Amino acid sequence: MKKSFKGNSKLVKSSQSKEIAYRLWQNKAAMAGLLILLVYVFLAIFADHLAPYGFDDQDLSRRFIRPSAKYLFGTDNLGRDIFSRIIYGTRISLRVGLISVAISSSIGTLLGAIAGFYGKAVDNIIMRCVDVMLAIPSILLAISIAAALGPGLSNVMIAISIGSIPSFARIVRASVLTVKEQEFVEAARSIGASDLRIIVRHILPNCLATIIVQATLGVAGAILSTSGLSFIGLGISPPTPEWGSMLSAGRQYIRDHGYIVFFPGLAIMITIFALNLFGDGLRDALDPRLKT
Amino acid sequence: MEKLIEVKDLRIEFASGKKIVKAVNGVSFSLEKGKTIGLVGETGAGKTTTALGIMNLVPAPAGRIRGGEVLFKGEDLLTKTQQEMRQTRGNRISMIFQDPMTSLNPVFTVGDQIAEGLHLHTKLSALEATVKAQDMMERVGIPAARYNEYPHQFSGGMKQRVIIAIALACSPELLIADEPTTALDVTIQAQVLDMMRNIRNKLNTSMIMITHDLGVVKEICDQVAVMYAGQIIESGSLKQIYKNPQHPYTEGLFKSLPKINENTERLIPIKGIMPDPTNLPEGCSFASRCPIADKSCVNIRQLSKEIEKGHFIRCMKRS
Repeated sequence: MKKSFKGNSKLVKSSQSKEIAYRLWQNKAAMAGLLILLVYVFLAIFADHLAPYGFDDQDLSRRFIRPSAKYLFGTDNLGRDIFSRIIYGTRISLRVGLISVAISSSIGTLLGAIAGFYGKAVDNIIMRCVDVMLAIPSILLAISIAAALGPGLSNVMIAISIGSIPSFARIVRASVLTVKEQEFVEAARSIGASDLRIIVRHILPNCLATIIVQATLGVAGAILSTSGLSFIGLGISPPTPEWGSMLSAGRQYIRDHGYIVFFPGLAIMITIFALNLFGDGLRDALDPRLKT
Repeated sequence: MEKLIEVKDLRIEFASGKKIVKAVNGVSFSLEKGKTIGLVGETGAGKTTTALGIMNLVPAPAGRIRGGEVLFKGEDLLTKTQQEMRQTRGNRISMIFQDPMTSLNPVFTVGDQIAEGLHLHTKLSALEATVKAQDMMERVGIPAARYNEYPHQFSGGMKQRVIIAIALACSPELLIADEPTTALDVTIQAQVLDMMRNIRNKLNTSMIMITHDLGVVKEICDQVAVMYAGQIIESGSLKQIYKNPQHPYTEGLFKSLPKINENTERLIPIKGIMPDPTNLPEGCSFASRCPIADKSCVNIRQLSKEIEKGHFIRCMKRS
């Protein structure tokens, strides 16, 4: 970044993050992704004002109305406005997606980094536990955890994050294993850096790319798993609107009234797409080698 | 003069399956303040392992320091805890690694990497550390304006300068340079060596120069120790070794070099290969390749003997 260099000794600490922000700003796709996410956040915050109807305004006289000016996305089998439900659903789905990924990625990264860095017995203990968890189908694991904890939003998030810790741990461990063999790690040791510092400052930043990609994909998985749990009654209980549960509730009408599942599906898809765009851009911005 | 570092009978082994690789077998040398010793030898002679032993960084659990002492200003580094060693590494003893391409962290600016040692070992504020790091960059011949650039934006020679700046940031008393010029081309080698010599003289740093390039040793060292199969087989002052090499291996090394003022058709290589470090011979480890060896050499352990003041060799035929 020659351009941003001020040429004096006060340059700097902050310029690295400024530079990353600048590179992100230059990336049109990432900005588009961010914009979409911000719109969602906006919708979630101001849902009460933006939604034309309440999320549980049932009216059996207006069941199955096709999308029109009055009901933008149509109405469902109970006569509820799908548009309003999707707007309210943003609150739940975004929260579940982001928070559960935040939990699982931080715990998974921690475990993976420790296992990969220290190797030997530590590695064996952690990774065998992870293997045990991987051997159980994740939805089954989530079901049993959710069943044990009882239904409710936070329990769903806990169940889903525990279910996706293993994949994070494995991926992070694999990339820590390659990074820790590099000479700069030994060089860091030779200037007296502690293990913690080496892991946090030298190894993990080099693994960020994989972590970010896995995390963006994880959000999608989390939203879908929530819907799965909701479907069998362990997740968000109706009538709380949640995209995934709207999808599964609308399944039986898919032949005659496709829009009932189309719009919640679209909402999920756009979220994932936006997250992927943003995640990709973030990864590129964080990797100095891709700088142009 | 006071000895800065004294290595006594250092022994390092690596476990490889059931076999034990004896990488360093009783290395002893000492170095005075401000002086430079060259550790010379072919690949696998145990030069780098010796250096890692001094830093107490032998990769565990495969590698183990079997015995010996590393006295740094009278304190034995091998008995210190890892925590105490962290205070020493980078601060009082620094190391430069062989390959500049991989020794820098690709995701941090070079400036931050130079400043990292300062953050670890001094109480400088972030700003002071930045200024000091920029000063170090200027010293090794990199414009301070490149503080915020990343390693991939530097050429090999420039990266090696960055690594040297990292190593010298805390003004260590001892610098271990592990083949610092091997990965560089010859013109850059000369520049880097020149710069290292200047900085060494300015900071009065002692240096252990590990190399297999006898030309580099001649440029920068005061003392030379020739290593073979984990032992120092000949050591002495630069002059003693270069003018009067006594050990057949050292002789062989010099013979295998092309000479600029002689018309040589063929170089004379040293025949054979180094003995298997998992199965070192009882006697002289060079015996199988030695032109003057006889049966007794194979069976008798060779001891280091002083043949003139400060000039030691491990060869019973020549001492």
